[in-house]
Amino acid sequence: MTIRIKVEAVAKEFTLHAQGGVRLPVMSDASMEARGGECTALIGESGAGKSTLMRMIYGNYRTQAGRILIEHQGRSVDMASAEPHEVLEVRRLTLGYVTQFLRVIPRVPTLDVVAEPLLAVGTDIEAARERARALLTRLRVREALWPLSPLTFSGGEQQRVNIARGFAHEYPCLLLDEPTASLDAVNKETVVTMIEEAKARGVAVIGIFHDASVRERICEHQIDVTRFAPQSGAAA
Amino acid sequence: MIGAELLRVEGLTKHYGARIGCADVSFDLREGEVLAIVGESGSGKSTLLNCLSAQLEPSAGTITYLRGDGAALDVYGMSEPARRMLQRTDWAFVYQDARDGLRMSVSAGGNIGERMMAVGNRHYGAIRAEASGWLERVEIGTDRIDDRPSAFSGGMRQRLQIARALATKPRLVFMDEPTGGLDVSVQARLLDMIRALVGQYNLAVILVTHDLAVARLLSHRMMVMTKGHVVEQGLTDQVLDDPQHAYTQQLVSSILQT
Amino acid sequence: MTNSISEGQRQANRERALGVARSGYNFAYLDENTKRMIRRAILKAIAIPGYQVPFGSREMPMPYGWGTGGVQVTAACLTPDDTLKVIDQGADDTTNAVSIRQFFEKTAAVATTTHTHEASIIQTRHRIPEEALSEGQILVYQVPIPEPLRFLEPRETETRKMHALEEYGLMHVKLYEDISHHGRIATTYAYPVKVEGRYVMDPSPIPKFDNPKLGGNAALQLFGAGREQRIYAIPPHTQVVSLDFDDYPFDPGHWEQSCALCGASESYLDEVITDDKGSRMFVCSDTDFCTSRTAAQEDAGKSDRASNGEGAA
Repeated sequence: MTIRIKVEAVAKEFTLHAQGGVRLPVMSDASMEARGGECTALIGESGAGKSTLMRMIYGNYRTQAGRILIEHQGRSVDMASAEPHEVLEVRRLTLGYVTQFLRVIPRVPTLDVVAEPLLAVGTDIEAARERARALLTRLRVREALWPLSPLTFSGGEQQRVNIARGFAHEYPCLLLDEPTASLDAVNKETVVTMIEEAKARGVAVIGIFHDASVRERICEHQIDVTRFAPQSGAAA
Repeated sequence: MIGAELLRVEGLTKHYGARIGCADVSFDLREGEVLAIVGESGSGKSTLLNCLSAQLEPSAGTITYLRGDGAALDVYGMSEPARRMLQRTDWAFVYQDARDGLRMSVSAGGNIGERMMAVGNRHYGAIRAEASGWLERVEIGTDRIDDRPSAFSGGMRQRLQIARALATKPRLVFMDEPTGGLDVSVQARLLDMIRALVGQYNLAVILVTHDLAVARLLSHRMMVMTKGHVVEQGLTDQVLDDPQHAYTQQLVSSILQT
Repeated sequence: MTNSISEGQRQANRERALGVARSGYNFAYLDENTKRMIRRAILKAIAIPGYQVPFGSREMPMPYGWGTGGVQVTAACLTPDDTLKVIDQGADDTTNAVSIRQFFEKTAAVATTTHTHEASIIQTRHRIPEEALSEGQILVYQVPIPEPLRFLEPRETETRKMHALEEYGLMHVKLYEDISHHGRIATTYAYPVKVEGRYVMDPSPIPKFDNPKLGGNAALQLFGAGREQRIYAIPPHTQVVSLDFDDYPFDPGHWEQSCALCGASESYLDEVITDDKGSRMFVCSDTDFCTSRTAAQEDAGKSDRASNGEGAA
C-alpha cells in the first residue's frame, strides 16, 4: 500500500520562559512512515514523546526541524510548514485524531458532537445523524444520553463518544491516542474491530496503545520513540 | 469551510499621541475563517478591532477587503459613503453590550429588519417573514417579534443583536467579547449558536476576547496581543497547546482548568 | 410678492410702510441684515429642495412653539405690496393666526386677507389650503421639529451624516414599527416624504391628507423652524413622494362624512362636539374654503329663488 504519512527528520524542543528561557529538546531526527491498510504503534515509556510526536503529526505542536508529509487530496502537505487553513483542510478531510480528552462546546447534544465531522465534509444532516446513531449504538452509548452534552458523562462514556466522533467520517489517516484506555473488555473489543475494519478500508493508522495484546493483534509495525530522544538530552 | 482570501491587513498601527494603541499588525483572513484576537484589557485588542472594522482611522497601514466580485477595496482609501455601505452590507459588528448594537426603542422585528430596509427592501411582509426566520434561528420565540429589546434578558438581547447583524448575510463579522458579561450557562448557549451560524453561513469572523476558552471553541486561528503588539499568531489549538512566546505561556498557564 | 397693482396703490403701500418706520419698528420687525441672512438661507434651501439649511434664528416677541420660525421666514419675504393670510389648523380666526396676522399688520402694515386666492403670502400651521395655489404665491409653514430621523436617531451629528449619505433605512423602520403595532401605517401627520428623489423631509405636522398637495404644487413652499434654527423649501413643481411599503402603500385617508356646513366631500374635516350629550358634526377645517362654498351656494340659492319667482310671476 502507499505511504500516507511520512515523518522526515523532525525535531522538537520546548522553551520554558517561566524558567528563565530554558530550552528542553525532546526529539531529534525522528523519521517514520505509515502506509494505507497498516497500523503503526508508537511505543516507549511514559514521557518518551509518543503523544508529542502524534500531536506534531496532527499539527497541534510545532515542529522545529524536518517535514511531516500527509497525502491529502492527491498531493503532499507538510504539516510542519503549512498555513493554518491548509492544516485545517487536512484535518477536515484526511486526518482524524482520537484523543483521550473530549473538547466540545457545552450544551451541544452528543448526537451532534458525533455527527459534526460529517457535516464539516458536506454530508447532509439526516445522513450524518443516522451514521452517528449507528456508531453510538455500536459503542453502547445509551440512547437516553444522545440528546445530552457528553461533558456530564463518565470517563468511559466520554471516551466512546470521542471514538464515535473520530470514526464518523472515514478519514484516510487516523491518529489514535490510547483509544481503549478506559474501556471495559466488551467495548475494547468493539473498538479493536473498528480499527481492523478501518485498516481493511485502506486507512493508515498510527496509534498509542498501552495494552500489548491489542498492539500484537492489530499493529504491523511498532516504533519505539525512545530512539528519537536527542543525544544530549539522553546524556543529561 | 475555509475559502478564498477576504481581508488583507498590512502594517496596521494606531498611536494615541505618544502612546501605542496597536503596532504593525499584519495578517490575512479567508472566507469562513474565525480569527480570535486575545489579550488582557489594555493590550490593544479593542483598538485593533475598531481599526479593522473601519470605525477608527489607523495612523499607518492598510486594510484591503476583497469583495465577492473580486474587487480589491482599500478600506480607508474609499469614500465614506462606500465605507458605510460596506459596514451595513458585507460587514457586521456585534458589540459586547447589546445596547450598543440594538435600537432599544424599536421592536425585535424592526431591529432585524433595519439592515434589510437600509439596502432598499420595501416589502413589509417579506421583511417581517425574514425577521421571524431569524428569531427562530437565534432561538427567540416568534411571538416576541413586536416586543422591544428592553423587555428581553441579557442573553436574548445578545442573540437578537446577532440576528440583526446577520440578517443581510454579511461575509465578515466583527465581534467584541460577544459572550462577555453573561451568565456561564447563557454563554454556552450563545457560543453554540454563534458556532452553528458561522458554519452555516460560512462567515469570516474577527473575534476579540480575553477568554481563552471562548477562543478555543470558536476560532480557527488566534493572535495574542500584549502592549499593542501581536506576539504570537497561528492555529488556535497550536498556540494554546504549544505556546512559544513568554507572554502566551504565561497567559495559558494562568487560566483556571475545569 | 406683488400681484398686478396700480402705481397709486404701490405708493400708498410705501407710505404705510414708512409710517411703521416712524413708529420705531423696522419694516416687518426684523432688521434688514437679519432679513438678508434669512433670505440667503431661503435661497440655499430652494436650491437644494428638502435640505435643512441652518440659520441664525432671532428672539421673536412670542414664545417658541408659536411659529417663530414661520414668522421670521414671512418677515424676510414680505414687501409692502404683499397681501398676507395666516391660518392655524386651516382657520383664520384662531388665536395663533389672529396674533401673527396682527403682528404683521402692526410691524409691516401690509394688507391682510382670509381669502386664499387673494393672498401673496400664506403663513400656515398644520394645514395646506384646500384651494389650489398658483404661481407667485408663497406658503410658509411653521415647523416644530424639522428632523424626520430624530424619532429613532437622537444624535444630530449622525442624522446629518445620514442625510448627506442618503441613508434612509431608518425612516422605514419607523413605518415598520407602525404597521407591526397598529396593523397599518398609523402616522397620520408629519408623514415623511422624499423630495425630488433625494432628501427625506418632515412636512411639519400637516395631516397626511395634505401630503399629495406638497408635490407638483405651483406655489413656493418654505418651512421655518425657529427653535431648531432650520429653514427648508419645496420649490414650485417639485416631485414629493410619501414614504411607504410596496404592500402597504401610502393612503391619504378619507371621510365617510361630508362637511355639515358646505357639503364638501373632498376636504379635510374637523370633528366638532356640539353639546354635552356627545352630538357631533364634521366641518371643513379650512374656514375660507368652507365659507366661500357656503356663500356661493347661498348666491346660487338666491338666484334660483329669483329665477323661480320670475317664472311664477
